[in-house]
Amino acid sequence: MRHIISILVENEAGALSRISNMFSARGYNIESLTVAPTEDASMSRMTVVTKGSDDVIEQITKQLNKLVDVVKVVDLSEAEHIERELMLIKVRAGAKEREDMKRMADIFRGRVIDVSENTYTIELTGDGAKLDAFIQALDQGAILETVRTGASGIGRGNRILRV
Amino acid sequence: MDRIKTEELTGAEIVIRCLQAEGVEYVFGYPGGAVLWIYDELFKQDKVRHVLVRHEQGAAHAADGYSRSSHKVGVCLVTSGPGLTNAVTGIATAYMDSIPMVIISGQVPTHAIGEDAFQECDAVGITRPCVKHNFLVRDVKDLAVTMKKAFHIATTGRPGPVLVDIPKDVTVNKAEFHYPETISMRSYNPVRKGHSGQIKKAVQLLLEAERPLIYTGGGVVLSNASPQLRDLVKRTGFPVTSTLMGLGAYPGTDKQCLGMLGMHGTYEANMAMQHCDVLLAIGARFDDRVIGNPTHFAQNPRKIIHIDIDPSSISKRVKVDVPIVGNIPDVLGEFLNSFKESKTRNISSWWKQIHDWRAKDCLKYDRKSKVIKPQFVLEKLYEVTGGDAIITSDVGQHQMWAAQFYKFDQPRRWINSGGLGTMGFGLPAAMGAVLANPGATVACVTGESSIQMCLQELSTCKQYRLPIKIINLNNKYMGMVRQWQQFFHGNRYSESYMDALPDFVKLAEGYGHSGVLVEKPADVEPALREAFKRKKDLVFLDFVTDQAENVYPMVPGGKGITEMILSEDL
Repeated sequence: MRHIISILVENEAGALSRISNMFSARGYNIESLTVAPTEDASMSRMTVVTKGSDDVIEQITKQLNKLVDVVKVVDLSEAEHIERELMLIKVRAGAKEREDMKRMADIFRGRVIDVSENTYTIELTGDGAKLDAFIQALDQGAILETVRTGASGIGRGNRILRV
Repeated sequence: MDRIKTEELTGAEIVIRCLQAEGVEYVFGYPGGAVLWIYDELFKQDKVRHVLVRHEQGAAHAADGYSRSSHKVGVCLVTSGPGLTNAVTGIATAYMDSIPMVIISGQVPTHAIGEDAFQECDAVGITRPCVKHNFLVRDVKDLAVTMKKAFHIATTGRPGPVLVDIPKDVTVNKAEFHYPETISMRSYNPVRKGHSGQIKKAVQLLLEAERPLIYTGGGVVLSNASPQLRDLVKRTGFPVTSTLMGLGAYPGTDKQCLGMLGMHGTYEANMAMQHCDVLLAIGARFDDRVIGNPTHFAQNPRKIIHIDIDPSSISKRVKVDVPIVGNIPDVLGEFLNSFKESKTRNISSWWKQIHDWRAKDCLKYDRKSKVIKPQFVLEKLYEVTGGDAIITSDVGQHQMWAAQFYKFDQPRRWINSGGLGTMGFGLPAAMGAVLANPGATVACVTGESSIQMCLQELSTCKQYRLPIKIINLNNKYMGMVRQWQQFFHGNRYSESYMDALPDFVKLAEGYGHSGVLVEKPADVEPALREAFKRKKDLVFLDFVTDQAENVYPMVPGGKGITEMILSEDL
């Protein structure tokens, strides 16, 4: 099953590679991994999307907790949570395609953030499935470049991850 | 209030002062460019003594053997680049067996890091997968607190090696020195006490057990839980078996002890493991060499209680019913309290079953052989040393025979590389054991292949007068490789024959020691007695042993633990 795991980690050099190393050394899969500082400059927050049986996920959280730099680990998918990913996608948008492309972006609540003579760059936020759906909906030949951030997640309501 | 007086010291001075503050007696190391300032400070004091090895792998193993035989932290000091990479095998060895060690490595100056400088390597990157934690100290102001963290992390929770990488300029720069007495880290707080509800559940299971078994591992030795284990085994009257790493925690000569279990475990231990109804696992990790095929193991239903300091060891290979995370002596103490007057069941029919298994006498071998049987050497070694020596070993058949035939009655007497299986471990580990246990009898059980992997340390033994007795079981083969080739590769002995062996007697003499060649069974005991009389000398005993002997019982890789090959089957 797919799990989204949030990790608070000391903002130390090498912390990211300790975590990614652990995944590769033990043969766990990483679908996406994002990391950025938090409101507390001494910590970073990492979101890992992974797949595995319950036993594997249990080992992953235990192994993460075992890393000395890791402060807290939460499997967000254990309860209600919100998940978002940002995609920037550059598409062909010449005179012929322009209107269609704009309409498609509107349907998916995307925004055109850069325009050139024959391209649009569209910004789109949502869960992974929505971004996939947008890509599917386009004429494949029109896609020039895509870049995705990988998922970030947060618990719903009073579910809070902090020290 | 008085201001705490602090002094400005160089990084190199700080390193030494930290080691002194930690009460470090010995540092095992090898100098080089990046650690010259640290060596300079070592030279100026005499509290911390330095042991100069001949290869950095030896330094790491010696620090490791020092720690295993004493429960103190092993410390080693190596230079940047090749100094560090040479030590990596030793660090990984310690990591796999959870040995508390602090490794100090030199690094190129901070401004040169990343520029492919002379003797530069990414020490923290290279060691990351084989240390409990590591640090690169970029600022001398962080040095003392980093050293404190290193010792703290190495010795608490599940122990392990911690590396501190120190760039050369950091050893020259100055900072105020203050060594913190305690340290707390928000990201690192190992538990000690077990969950009382879980302990209650576990005790209840044990009280109801009809076919109980206690299965102990290296964690019992590492946490010094031997007294509590002994109390528990006596209190319950249950049978107990141990992994390779746990030998000695419970006396090997006691009748409740079934000996070692696993790939080369005893018939009775493996049968009991498979057929018990309640299994109490303490500081052990159900690894592949112990339970064989987990699917086969799961065929027999049993309730499993697992005590371990490391949550990730629990339910990793085998699903556990009652997990208890905590420090073993604390948890076992609570077990004993909870038992109070409660009575365990009558398990005499279980014991009768075990006695029947025991009657197989699975360790029997040909005692009338005209060539020296390796098992015979170990039996005699046990007799001659009164079962009271510290035995280190290398890796292979000799290691298994030592584990089977030397009955350890005390913990920290059996020093071997269980997890990583590092050939070359035995001799340098014995050096550490001698220094940690002055006056103790220390023998290194090895083979002609293993001993050659860290042979250079014979020179270190000479320099520091380390009176190790080397028991070389010389069958001219990498015996365990040969055994697998015989069983599973159609007798094709691919590259396992050791041709062009040195004359070990002359070799020992070349290093300034004594060597003795033993070729006949009748000479085994006299040679051992003679060697162990020489309390101040290293004696290299080269036993010419049966080339075709195999270790039995044997569970082939991937098989269930009751699917043993016994000597009588052949």
